Amino acid sequence: MSEIVIENLSRRHFLQGSAGLTLGFCLPGLAAAADASAKAGTSATAGFEPNAFLRIGMDNTVTVIAKHLEMGQGTHTGLATIVAEELDADWQSVKVEGAPADAKRYNNLAWGPAQGTGGSSAIANSWEQLRQAGATGRAMLVAAAARRWQVGAADIVVRDGVVSHPATGRKASFGELAADAAREKVPTAVRLKDPAEFRLIGKQAKRRDSHAKTDGSARFTQDVFLPGMLVAVVAHPPTFGATVKSFDAGKAKAVKGVVDVVRIPQGVAVLATDTWSAKLGRDALSVVWDESAAFKLGTDEILARYQALARTPGAVAKQVGEFDKARAGAARVVSAAYDFPYLAHAAMEPMNCVIRLGADGCEVWNGEQMQTVDQHALARLFGLQPEQVKINMLFAGGSFGRRACKDSDYLMEAAQIVKAINGRAPVKLVWLREDDMRGGYYRPLFHHALEAAIDGRGQLVGWRHRLVGQSILAGSPFAGMVKNGIDAVSVEGASTLPYAIPNLQVELHTPTDIPVPVLWWRSVGSSHTAFSTEAFLDEVSGAIGQDPLALRLQLLAGHPRHAAVLKLAADKAGWGAPLKVQAGERRGRGLAVHESFNSIVAHVAEVTVAKDGALKVDRVVCAVDCGTVVNPDNVRSQLEGSVGFALGAMLHEAITLKEGRVEQGNFDTFPLLRINEMPRVEVHMVPSNAAPTGIGEPGVPSVAPAVVNAIAAATGKRLRRLPIQTGELAA
Amino acid sequence: MIQLDINGRAHQVDVAPDTPLLWVLRDTLQLTGTKYGCGQALCGACTVHLDGTPVRSCVLPVSAAAGGKISTIEAIDGERVGQAVQDAWRRLDVVQCGYCQSGQMMSAVALLRQNRRPSDADIDAAMSGNLCRCATYQRIRAAIHDAAKALA
Repeated sequence: MSEIVIENLSRRHFLQGSAGLTLGFCLPGLAAAADASAKAGTSATAGFEPNAFLRIGMDNTVTVIAKHLEMGQGTHTGLATIVAEELDADWQSVKVEGAPADAKRYNNLAWGPAQGTGGSSAIANSWEQLRQAGATGRAMLVAAAARRWQVGAADIVVRDGVVSHPATGRKASFGELAADAAREKVPTAVRLKDPAEFRLIGKQAKRRDSHAKTDGSARFTQDVFLPGMLVAVVAHPPTFGATVKSFDAGKAKAVKGVVDVVRIPQGVAVLATDTWSAKLGRDALSVVWDESAAFKLGTDEILARYQALARTPGAVAKQVGEFDKARAGAARVVSAAYDFPYLAHAAMEPMNCVIRLGADGCEVWNGEQMQTVDQHALARLFGLQPEQVKINMLFAGGSFGRRACKDSDYLMEAAQIVKAINGRAPVKLVWLREDDMRGGYYRPLFHHALEAAIDGRGQLVGWRHRLVGQSILAGSPFAGMVKNGIDAVSVEGASTLPYAIPNLQVELHTPTDIPVPVLWWRSVGSSHTAFSTEAFLDEVSGAIGQDPLALRLQLLAGHPRHAAVLKLAADKAGWGAPLKVQAGERRGRGLAVHESFNSIVAHVAEVTVAKDGALKVDRVVCAVDCGTVVNPDNVRSQLEGSVGFALGAMLHEAITLKEGRVEQGNFDTFPLLRINEMPRVEVHMVPSNAAPTGIGEPGVPSVAPAVVNAIAAATGKRLRRLPIQTGELAA
Repeated sequence: MIQLDINGRAHQVDVAPDTPLLWVLRDTLQLTGTKYGCGQALCGACTVHLDGTPVRSCVLPVSAAAGGKISTIEAIDGERVGQAVQDAWRRLDVVQCGYCQSGQMMSAVALLRQNRRPSDADIDAAMSGNLCRCATYQRIRAAIHDAAKALA
């Protein structure tokens, strides 16, 4: 089977001019498919299908085929908006359907010849492609009408799903023209709208999935039932690296509903006619684990190792000027270290999938985030060709990166179960909450140590940032992005620091002896680098005695987009205006700005700290520059949610290990943010006609540093370890 | 056989009496709008009504629901408050991934039946048992106020 290598795709024309990181991804067997996207074809059977992304039915239904997973980020609505805009469709008749797995037609253009959703790239990579798709469909409908009415195409008007010829008063719906349009030639060049002509993009377009998600009819993987399907619940090893020594299935098999118990490389699977019986079967199972090769350290020990490593030089990820020289000549050196825990994604829908093995291939039902990788992995296991792995797309009940598992972990587990029963029944693998939380693939634990050199005139002249943490990309399909010992996503946000500091050094230690599986977690490297850089810059501003906003604006002279976003947030928040304080309270305001996935977001937070240290985040103002705003309400929604997501991590979340065992299992020990802790959030967007950039992740990174900076403003105390301990804030 | 009244319809199910109602709804009857999230009444994704009271179906033995009136998200638009909540959720596009929203809406309906003009603090108190990993909380608050206004 093909080896996975990486190709740097930043040169691709559609991404030209975009700053920051572009993920390149390549499976050699599919290299030829890289340029075969959006191949047009026609079919007159059930309406009109001008390309792989659009189908118009005789009943006027416009179906947009979405190549990206809808996991909450609103991408189905965004993708459909782009097509509908150029098509001039009636938004009410637009439906969205998940695309099948087919990297030839549905590859992520930011990844190369691989299909998948991630890196906040869905709208960015689809923008030109879907505008073309919509405009092509429109041109063919116009051509069909011109032919039918014997009028010039230039005199035809399309609006809200109706094609008309104002001069003669003729009108036809999309459905009435669909069959004729299908016979028209696919145009080679189409005109795209001027942004001033947009009627949907940048305006209000209601979410396409709101109805199904408010009446119980939306289908998630958990909701798939197939004839004869068995549900599998698996006994997993208690430590990473442990294996099954022996097991006794006697009691498990005695549970009503349990059909079979099978050993798989991942543990022991109990198969039953329903979920509850499978769970009871697993409870009754007795397994002896071989932990001789298991990882037995605790997170305290890992952290102590990392802290020791941070006292030694690491691989250089970025060097500007000479930090050591600047430090030697400094009037003052400020230093601080920050700790970040392992984090579980904890999507509300625990990982699951359904797999059925047939005579000519296998079929998967999944909220699928990395089609091509998963197709290859399953094909390898079953001895199939990747295209024989058919994937049916469902909604995902959250993911935050977890369903894009570089090792296809839960899919492979389900496939091993199917294999162990010789494919005699379709299998739904259900992870219970504890399986999901203890299953690894966490945001890696990181330790950061920073030093700043300040000269005699109070100028920040040197900045050294050392990071210690496991590599996510090593061993993944993106491993080619690990260069000279530097995993680009370990240091993103730190090595791309936008501030004009003449001597900058970023160093990385990447321990390879910690086998805890790690993965991208909403905003990836920026989930920790934004915190350390923005919290530390605030500490520096305190040391210099300069306002945090003024210092940033001074250092951002070369980054006008950053500066504009920061100013917008600060203006809307009333930066500098005094906060009303009641007796016994301490209040403060803090800010932070960060670029990720080519979008820039700034946050200003206002907090109240009570005498006993109790923290209330009162208000968070966000500003964003994400290029063209396809759907303003969805941008608002993502930024509102990102505040809550980031606050949850900052206040509560940590996966800890003791003697190799994960100490958390459910929401009692891994608490997420609850509604009573949710601040008031305001969102402001920088108007832009640039190509759209990401919005699913960029709202996360700068929340927590803005809040700790606000806490410092209120109390004078710098919290440097996440999740924060509010007990330290007692007056 | 256990007799259940779900959304006004009678069902007979052949399950052990201590089976959680959640799995009877989902696996036996395939009323899949009610979701599994934690299995320990910690997240609220499985919230349904039993005789009008919100309950966590993941820890409620099905036998305890026999003889009562069970209602689920599938029938939320069957009465005025539920319809108002559903309308508000749609008007404000509350949902993101949507997985927790059945439970959120069932909790919201129960709140509005008790309190037609809830304050933010009332909402926070009533809704704090329902987790949303997408953190749609700001819109949940707004949608409950919106529904309350529609019902006034």
